[in-house]
Amino acid sequence: MASKEDIALMAHLMRRAGFGASRDELEILVDQGYEKTVERLVDPPEDVLGADQDMLYRYMPSLETGGPNPVPGATNWLYHLVNTQRPLEEKTALFWHHVFATGNSKVDNDNHLTAQVQMFRDHGMGSYRELLVRVAQNPAMIFWLDNNENHKRAPNENWGRELLELFSLGVGNYTEQDVLECARAFTGWTIGAKIPRSPWHRFSWHYEFRPEEHDFSEKTFLGQTGNFDGEDIIDIILQQPACSRFVVRHLYNFFVADEPQVPAWSIEPPRNPEAIELLSKIFVDSGYEIKPVLRTLFNSDFFKEAMYQKVKSPVDVVVGTLRLTGDLDGPDPRLVKLSQEPSYMGLALHDPPSVEGWHTGQEWINSGSLVKRVNFVADRVSNVDLPGVQSIIKRVASNGTNGAQMTPEALVDRCVDLIGPLEVPEQTRRELIAQADDDGPVSWSTDEEYANFSRRVGDMLALIGATVEYQFA
Amino acid sequence: MTSTDKPPVLVVLQLTGGNDYLNSVIPYTDSNYYDSRRGLLQISEDSVLQLDDELGMHPVMGPMKEIYDQGDMAIIHGVGYENSPRSHFRSMDIWHTCEPDKVGTEGWVGRAIRDLDPSGDNPVTGVNIGQGLPRAMIVPGVSVASVADLSTYGLLTSIEQEELRTTMLQRFTNMYGQAIGTGPVKEYLGQTGLDALKGADILKGGLGRYSSSVEYASDAIAKALRDVAVIHTADVGTRIFYTAHGSFDTHASQAPAFDKLWTEVSQAIADFWDDLREHDADDNVIMFLFSEFGRRVRDNGSGTDHGAAGACFAIGPRVKGGMHGIYPETRPEALEQGDLVPNQDFRGVYSTILEDWLDLDPVSIVNGQFEQPKFV
Repeated sequence: MASKEDIALMAHLMRRAGFGASRDELEILVDQGYEKTVERLVDPPEDVLGADQDMLYRYMPSLETGGPNPVPGATNWLYHLVNTQRPLEEKTALFWHHVFATGNSKVDNDNHLTAQVQMFRDHGMGSYRELLVRVAQNPAMIFWLDNNENHKRAPNENWGRELLELFSLGVGNYTEQDVLECARAFTGWTIGAKIPRSPWHRFSWHYEFRPEEHDFSEKTFLGQTGNFDGEDIIDIILQQPACSRFVVRHLYNFFVADEPQVPAWSIEPPRNPEAIELLSKIFVDSGYEIKPVLRTLFNSDFFKEAMYQKVKSPVDVVVGTLRLTGDLDGPDPRLVKLSQEPSYMGLALHDPPSVEGWHTGQEWINSGSLVKRVNFVADRVSNVDLPGVQSIIKRVASNGTNGAQMTPEALVDRCVDLIGPLEVPEQTRRELIAQADDDGPVSWSTDEEYANFSRRVGDMLALIGATVEYQFA
Repeated sequence: MTSTDKPPVLVVLQLTGGNDYLNSVIPYTDSNYYDSRRGLLQISEDSVLQLDDELGMHPVMGPMKEIYDQGDMAIIHGVGYENSPRSHFRSMDIWHTCEPDKVGTEGWVGRAIRDLDPSGDNPVTGVNIGQGLPRAMIVPGVSVASVADLSTYGLLTSIEQEELRTTMLQRFTNMYGQAIGTGPVKEYLGQTGLDALKGADILKGGLGRYSSSVEYASDAIAKALRDVAVIHTADVGTRIFYTAHGSFDTHASQAPAFDKLWTEVSQAIADFWDDLREHDADDNVIMFLFSEFGRRVRDNGSGTDHGAAGACFAIGPRVKGGMHGIYPETRPEALEQGDLVPNQDFRGVYSTILEDWLDLDPVSIVNGQFEQPKFV
C-alpha cells in the first residue's frame, strides 16, 4: 500500500520531470518504484510513445502551415504536451526552448520553430555537443541571431556572442576578443534561399555552408590558436569547466529549485554549490551527455528535498491542469484556443521576449498573470463533467468515514491530498475548512446528494487551486 | 497638459493588421490614386467625405469626419520608420517597443505607466481591454490590469453563484494576507494577490456605478470602448487605456471588410466621446489610433498588400485638430517597393503624446529624440 510520503514524493517527481500525474497514475508509479520510474522517464522504452504528430495533421491539416501566425505552432505543441507519454522528453524540449530561446516575432515562419522544438524533442536528452552543433546549424536560430549576415569580410557577432554568453559559458568566462574570434569561426554557416512561397505551401529554409563566406584563417579562442571552424569552437568550449557548471546550473534552475535570474549568475553563486559540482562532474565524465545528469539529479537527495521550491511556469499551470482534469485526448479543435492560455500568463510558446528567454520563478507572477492562473485552474477543476475531476470526486467519496458522510475537515484534507498532494500551512487549512463549514457536513447517499456533493468538491478544488501554495510545484 | 485639475488620460486604439491609409484618408484630387486603385477599391470623388481641398475620408467614416469638422481630430501623415520589414508581428513589435533594429523587451506604454506611478500605488493605472497583454504594456515589475470583458472580470469568475463566490474571495483575501511574513517569494505572491483583488474590486465597483444614455453597438470595439468609458468615468485613477480592433489585414475582399471595420470603429468612437461628454469627462482624454503599417498603393485585384507609411489619428477636445505633416508622394517613381515612404518617425508621434500630453520625459521611453509633430 502506497504511503503518503511515497505518493507525495512521486507527485513531486512527476510535476518536475513532467506535468503532474493523477492519483491513479501515482499509485501505479509508486508500485513500480521511484528509481524505476526515474529510469523510464530518462530513458523511455521504445513502446512508450510521444504524441502522434501524423494523426494531428491528418485531423487538423491547417496546423502544418508555417507563417507569421504563431497559433498553429502553439496548438501543435500543446497537443504534444497534453498527449505525450514521454513527459520528461517533452519537458526537456521545453527546457531547451527556454535556453536556446528563439522567437517567432522575428523568425516570422512558425513552421521553423516547430521544427526546432522537434529537434529538441529528438536530441535534447542526448549529447550536448551534438545539440550545440545542431543548434548552430538550425535555420530558425541562424536567422534569429543573424548568422546569415556573418561574412568573412563583414562578420556579425550576434550568434557568436550569444553562444558564449547564453548557451554555454555565461558572462565572465570569455573576453570580447573571444566573441569576435568565435564569430569568425562561424562565418559561412548560413541558410539556403527558400523556394518562393507558392499559394499552397511554405518551403523551408535549410542549412547551407558557404565556403566563400567562411573565414578559414587562424583564430585565437580561449587561449588556443588554430584555423578553427564552428565545431572546433564548440569542442574548445566543452573543455572549459565553466561550461558544464553553466549548463548544469540551468538544469538545476529548471528542474530542482528557482535560482536568481540568469543575468545575475556572474554575481550570485548557486543556491547549492555542491549539487552543481556533483552534476558537473557527471556531465563531464559522461562526455557531456544529458541523460546521466538527469538520472543523478532526480535520484538525488537535494532534488527529493526541493518540494515546492519552484514557482509553476504558465506551461505547468495550463498543461498540468489539462492533464489532471482529462478530456483532451488526441487531435481536438479546442486545443487551438487553449494554446493561447500560457501566453495570457506570460509565456507565449515559440515567442520568448528575447534570446535571453523568459524571466522565471517569482517573475511569472504579476497581478495580471495571477488572475489568469487562478481563473484557469478554478474553471477546470470545478467542472464536475470532466473525467479527471470525476475521478477525484469518486476518491473523495470512497474515503467517507461514516459510509456516505464526511466532516468539513475531512473534505478539505481529502481534496488537498487528491489535487496534488499539496502541503498547506495551518492557517490556509483553517480558511479552507471555514469555507467547507459554511455548508455543513457533506453526505451523498442519494443521487441528488451526490450531485450536490460533487459540486462542493469542485468548488473546494477551485479554492485550493487559488491558494498561494498551489502556485508552487 | 490639460487645463483642468484632472490628470491627462490616454486611450490607445490599435488597428491591428495594417490599416489602408490610402482609403481612409483619400487624396481624392490625385490622379495617381485613380490610376492605382481600381474597381471596388477606388472611392469615387463624389462619395469621398471631403475634409479639405485635397483629402477626404472613406464614406463609411462619417462619424470620424464629424469629429474632424469640429476641430477635435488631428491626422498625422506619413508615419512609420525606415526599412520596414512589412511583417505584422515584427512591425507591431517595433511599434510596441520602439526598437526597430533589435528585439525590444520593454513596451513604451509600460514605461509610461511606470513613470506615471513609479511606486505602483494604483494597480489600475494602466488597463488593457482585451485578452493577455500587448507587448507595448509589458515592463517587468509594472502591474497592468488586463480585462477581457469588464462585466465578467475578476478572480474566480467561473464560480457562478454570487454568494459562494463572495465567501471564496474573502477566504482568498485572508489566505493571501497571511502570506505576509512567510518568506520573500510567498510574501510577493501574497501582496500580488491582494493587489489583483483590489484592482478587480476597483474596476467592478466602477461598473456598478455606471449609467449612461448612450447605447453602444454590440460589436467588439463598441464593447471595448464602452468598458473604457465605464472605467474612466468611475474615476479610479486609470491614466492609460489600451485596446485593439481588427483585422485590417485586407489582402483580399478588402471592400466589404474595410467598410465593416471602419463602420464599427467610427460609430464606437462617436458613441464613446458622446458618453464621455455626458459625464463631463472628455476634456482630460486624448485617443490615439495607429496601425503597424499602411498598405500598398496599387491594389492586387481584390485587396491590398502590406505597405509602409500610415496615418495616425489623435482625437479629443485638447487636440490641435487638422492635418499634421505631409501626405507622402504617390507617384510610382517616388514609392519604395511600391509603398508610400514614411516621413514622420512613429517615435516622434509617441514623444508628442508623452511630453505634451502626459508630461513625461519621452527620450528614455522611446529610446531617442525624434521630430515631434505639434498636435497637442
